[in-house]
Amino acid sequence: MADPATIAERARTNGEGASDLNGEGPGLRDRLAPLGGLARAGGGLARAGGGLLAAGQEAAAGVAAGAARQVRQRLRADLDDRDPDWLRERLPMLWLLATIWFRGEVRNLGNIPERGPVLMVGNHSGGNVTPDTFVFTLAFSSYFGIERRFHQLAHNLVVTLPFSGSMLRPGGTVAASHKNAERVLESGAALLVYPGGDWEVHRPIWDRFKVDFAGRKGFIRLALDQDVPIVPVVSVGGQETSLFLSRGDRLARALGLDRLFRLKVLPISLAIPWGLNVGDFLGHVPLPAKITTEVLPPIDLREQFGPDPDPDEVYEHLTRVMQETLDALAAERRWPLIG
Amino acid sequence: MRLNESIVISAPPELVWDQITEGSNYLHFMSGITRWEVEDDDSRIELGTRIRMLIRVGSAEVGGLIEVVEWQPERDLAWASVTGVDQRGRWRLRETPDGRTRVELRYAYGVAGSGIPGWIAELVAAPSLGGNLRSSLHQLKRRVEHERLRAEAARRRAEREPAEA
Repeated sequence: MADPATIAERARTNGEGASDLNGEGPGLRDRLAPLGGLARAGGGLARAGGGLLAAGQEAAAGVAAGAARQVRQRLRADLDDRDPDWLRERLPMLWLLATIWFRGEVRNLGNIPERGPVLMVGNHSGGNVTPDTFVFTLAFSSYFGIERRFHQLAHNLVVTLPFSGSMLRPGGTVAASHKNAERVLESGAALLVYPGGDWEVHRPIWDRFKVDFAGRKGFIRLALDQDVPIVPVVSVGGQETSLFLSRGDRLARALGLDRLFRLKVLPISLAIPWGLNVGDFLGHVPLPAKITTEVLPPIDLREQFGPDPDPDEVYEHLTRVMQETLDALAAERRWPLIG
Repeated sequence: MRLNESIVISAPPELVWDQITEGSNYLHFMSGITRWEVEDDDSRIELGTRIRMLIRVGSAEVGGLIEVVEWQPERDLAWASVTGVDQRGRWRLRETPDGRTRVELRYAYGVAGSGIPGWIAELVAAPSLGGNLRSSLHQLKRRVEHERLRAEAARRRAEREPAEA
């Protein structure tokens, strides 16, 4: 029978390698520590209860270790999970959704370099449903063809959950971590990241025209390390697909969600079909807001900011350019939803 | 899904053929086309010529690499997709008894294996694509007939010049 402390240690070490793209979040090892705590707690109960509970202890510890192993496997990007044929067969569905429901419009895709690795940096909207990602994925895959490798980084939870994970991984989505991002760019693929992540995607409706990366600059280090251009991608309309009232960041902290699941928010929104929607874990039916995306010219960081660019300066420049574009796109909109 | 549009142009087939085999013309007369790049240095379209093309349909610019697979001068020019969505197209030129040219533009498209959503998407895209084909034929007609008038005017000028000299 495995010792509970050993099992807890295994659960902790299973998290190796999942460093945060933003360079500021807790490592997976820390986040999985509570599983070890659970196993230890299970162990204490088992000793008190005798032989029957000892069997229960082993089962509980086995489940904890198994879950940790599964999470670890899914968080390490296997770029072969992307299935071009699967994606190709779903393009018509995406096209219907983007054309009829969101009246999507993606401008200036020609700004993306024709070949080679490129880091596309977008503002993120629409809660866990993220319609702007679907519209952009369709546009990119149609414009360059599914033959061009294209990956997106998504929150760990979205990639590891059985349903959403099985729908997103064949489309090229991988868990957000610096290592995964490096692996994608080293393979020569195009990569789309949303530095604002869960913080930006759940911003309140009155901040819908605001670019908010929450000071996260890990993507700049990534672009410099890999020596790839950054292409800003600015979208408007996604945040009108649901009525987010609050990020619920204090609630998330109080419940320890950041430590457990790397969730900095527990959003509260009004959404179909739930009415008052707390957490948005099951997603929602997005309102049919018009989504417009503009791709800006590529930025070669060393060419524009010198041989050793200052991340703060790059961050300020990029967010300012993106905010100005978002302001211009917002000014084109005459009505909420309708666009 | 296959779309088929036709028009009669008041010009002989060779003039129409000249227009549709010059790659640089397509961005001028084909509606909805956002990209048309002949891969060879020569912009003339011949058997085996590969072209990168995109056409705006709804929320996306779709297309890919196409290759000319049939080339019968002044009669038929057909292409098929190499990458991107599955597509086949054909220019079919036939001379009418009165010396004009009946031009038919056929376009078939789809995504194999996409099931019912694919079928619905093809139906939804058809009106927009059909409109683009019709508009393209009208623009081609204007272009060719304009070229014919210019050619005739040039010929008349040439005939007058020796007499005046």
